[in-house]
Amino acid sequence: MAITKSRSIPAYAGQAYPITDHTFDVVVVGAGGAGLRATVGCSQAGLRTACISKVFPTRSHTVAAQGGVAASLGNMGKDTWQWHMYDTVKGSDWLGDQDAIEYLVRNAPAAVYELEHWGVPFSRTEDGRIYQRPFGGMTTEFGEGPPAQRTCAAADRTGHAMLHTLYGQALRYNTEFFIEYFAIDLIMDDDGVCRGVIALKLDDGTLHRFRSKMAIMATGGYGRAYFSATSAHTCTGDGGGMVLRAGLPLQDMEFVQFHPTGIYGAGCLITEGARGEGGYLTNSEGERFMERYAPSAKDLASRDVVSRSMTMEIRGGRGVGKNKDHIYLHLDHLDPKILHERLPGISESAKIFAGVDVTREPIPVLPTVHYNMGGIPTNFHGEVLTKVDGNPDTVVPGLMAIGEAACVSVHGANRLGSNSLIDLVVFGRAAGLRCAEIVTPGEKQPELPANSADLALTRLDKYRNAKGGTPTADLRGRMQKTMQDNCAVYRTGETLEEGHKQIHEVWAGITDIGTTDRSLIWNSDLIETLEFDNLITQAVVTMDSALNRPESRGAHAREDYPNRDDKDWMKHTLSWIDDEKRTVTLDDRPVHTYTLSNDIEYIKPKARVY
Amino acid sequence: MAEFNLPQNSRLVEGKAWPKPAGASKLTEFKIYRWNPDDTENPRTDTYFVDREDCGPMVLDALIWIKSKIDPTLTFRRSCREGICGSCAMNMDGKNGLACTTGIDECGGTGKNSGRVAIYPLPHMPVIKDLVPDLTRFYAQHASIEPWLKTTSPAPEKEWAQEKGDREKLDGLYECILCACCSTSCPSYWWNGDRYLGPAALLQAYRWLIDSRDEATGERLDNLEDPFRLYRCHTIMNCANACPKGLNPAKAIAEVKKMMVTRQV
Repeated sequence: MAITKSRSIPAYAGQAYPITDHTFDVVVVGAGGAGLRATVGCSQAGLRTACISKVFPTRSHTVAAQGGVAASLGNMGKDTWQWHMYDTVKGSDWLGDQDAIEYLVRNAPAAVYELEHWGVPFSRTEDGRIYQRPFGGMTTEFGEGPPAQRTCAAADRTGHAMLHTLYGQALRYNTEFFIEYFAIDLIMDDDGVCRGVIALKLDDGTLHRFRSKMAIMATGGYGRAYFSATSAHTCTGDGGGMVLRAGLPLQDMEFVQFHPTGIYGAGCLITEGARGEGGYLTNSEGERFMERYAPSAKDLASRDVVSRSMTMEIRGGRGVGKNKDHIYLHLDHLDPKILHERLPGISESAKIFAGVDVTREPIPVLPTVHYNMGGIPTNFHGEVLTKVDGNPDTVVPGLMAIGEAACVSVHGANRLGSNSLIDLVVFGRAAGLRCAEIVTPGEKQPELPANSADLALTRLDKYRNAKGGTPTADLRGRMQKTMQDNCAVYRTGETLEEGHKQIHEVWAGITDIGTTDRSLIWNSDLIETLEFDNLITQAVVTMDSALNRPESRGAHAREDYPNRDDKDWMKHTLSWIDDEKRTVTLDDRPVHTYTLSNDIEYIKPKARVY
Repeated sequence: MAEFNLPQNSRLVEGKAWPKPAGASKLTEFKIYRWNPDDTENPRTDTYFVDREDCGPMVLDALIWIKSKIDPTLTFRRSCREGICGSCAMNMDGKNGLACTTGIDECGGTGKNSGRVAIYPLPHMPVIKDLVPDLTRFYAQHASIEPWLKTTSPAPEKEWAQEKGDREKLDGLYECILCACCSTSCPSYWWNGDRYLGPAALLQAYRWLIDSRDEATGERLDNLEDPFRLYRCHTIMNCANACPKGLNPAKAIAEVKKMMVTRQV
């Protein structure tokens, strides 16, 4: 690999930061499910590929996915990709792009078989095939039939099983990993082409400039913009922050999924698979209230519906516990043998974080921030899009995004459970295939612009030496509380206006940020500040996008606009920031109202009832 | 008789005692190992008092509370906070575990440490800073067992068939989170960590050996047939005691040893 050692660059604040240069065909940022799948794909295509990650690959948040990965294998009864497509479109509340959704569901079975061939220890049926469980919003016969068993599971540790397997494959293909490197900013040239990324190596504080023909953002979601999230501490949407600073838009950021069953207090996830295996929710009267809100799907309605129903019960004074502020999830009627075989992980979590023996007592749960449907807009090849001169599908050369960081958009306004893990591998693979098409291995790359490291270095140096009066943790806490209070399951113009004001105040507060650790070696104070900088911009565009959308669709529920407005609002929100002036610009993109092939017709919008 | 000297600046010294937070009614004392690679100071133990009314129940909650409220320079790894990513493995009250799933009240020390929670990095690993150990060798050992499915038969169009009973053989093995609690609690690994693969890597080796779909058993066993890589396990069992996921690496190692014998008879 071409590495030029320690070329010194202009000094900042009296100190020179030495930079190590690398050149690769492809640089993948992030080593979760999507990043690893893309890395393997690019390596298989003979491309020199680097995979940069701020954590060791198996620490990525894919590891915490529990319930399973959706694909119409039909192992438990008849199933078709068309049914999976219908459910996904309906789940998205018709904000998903149907060409991308068709690509997802048609490639899903092959992607699962590939994972199995790579060694994922899927649970098995009696006849030795992959076990599939029911999941929210997954049905048969285009919503008319009984629940589908479509979600392929490795007990309730599917994400862990997948991530460790994908890491093994990356080792098999001798991936060049750069582990515990924190990507700071993209390198963009004057033509708007992405030319690579700048990263900080944590264990020695050196800077690394990765020049590439293609940079793939696989950096995950930004759940930590909220106070209570199932997301890991590291889910700080670093790719989204980098893209915003590069002058590119994010898409559909107002759509934040609340998972119905986060453990009350701790926020740890209890998989929807718990309800898939027969679990149900009750209120303080012991009533299985989901029967009222979703007479057909009941507890297996899609997540936005269940989270809203739980919130209504609590508001109606029917919450459980001392403060009547949460709901019970019952598994105590299930055979302990089934719990042991299929839900061992959450049984353990419930014990540790709620002190509950699931075979005897219900688990206290509450809707908790879980997933960002929004993200970096892409087409179904993973190529990043922006809107230029009215063209909403302008490809940004040299840049891709996949996984939760991206908005393809297959999940639209609300993602179905188990559609995320399949999204990772299908679009991780798609990105690899696209790279194989458009990147020539070893192709000579032009020199980088002279100022290629300026943005990253300026920010790094500013935060490392920040002497303001507000510690990062204080600002982060204020951001998290604002988002939690003002941009939650239900929203109104009033709460959003207030939230808009408050979150912009937090953003402005960054001028007074203060850090304590001045070291360059494993400076987690600095990293948390850079992460906060990534979070706050995404929190701001989330709030502003939510304020801007006067309708209710999927996870975006406006009490002052309770209906979906397909006439004016069946469109994607785009949001840009000006990081200097700290302002937000909004625009929109049409939803793709066409499919990928003639094998299925466009699924027309209709009322969304479960 | 040979005399040994500790390298300069290696002796652990008493560090800073941070003031108690004002107005707190329930405090817990934490004694935490600190070492900064940027200066020439000795490693030290700093004392912090955590306001339990304002802090979650787990050791990780306390560390984050300290970092947010008292000392932003305190350095540790953490991510999922629910015991699945394996980042926050450390030594608490002399026992390896995950800070996120270890309750503060489960700690509390004995003897002169009674009532205080003592926190150190994973034992016997190079320290990068504070509670962050260098796990490079640990990861390389895991990679050396080639943790991927190896097959030579033509792949089926759909999934490889695997009977439920065969799949069950992977339970207690595939759940490993590579936190290194086991390997860094093993005296044999402390002594021969450069050549002995250690319990975590060997547990993974057995996970692939016993997978009914894998067709490289002989090759995998050959790779382990070595006085050090495998046979430095002396069934001390610290690994099983330390594993935060309740796995038993020592048993897996014993099974590998049995496979070694069985293939010779």
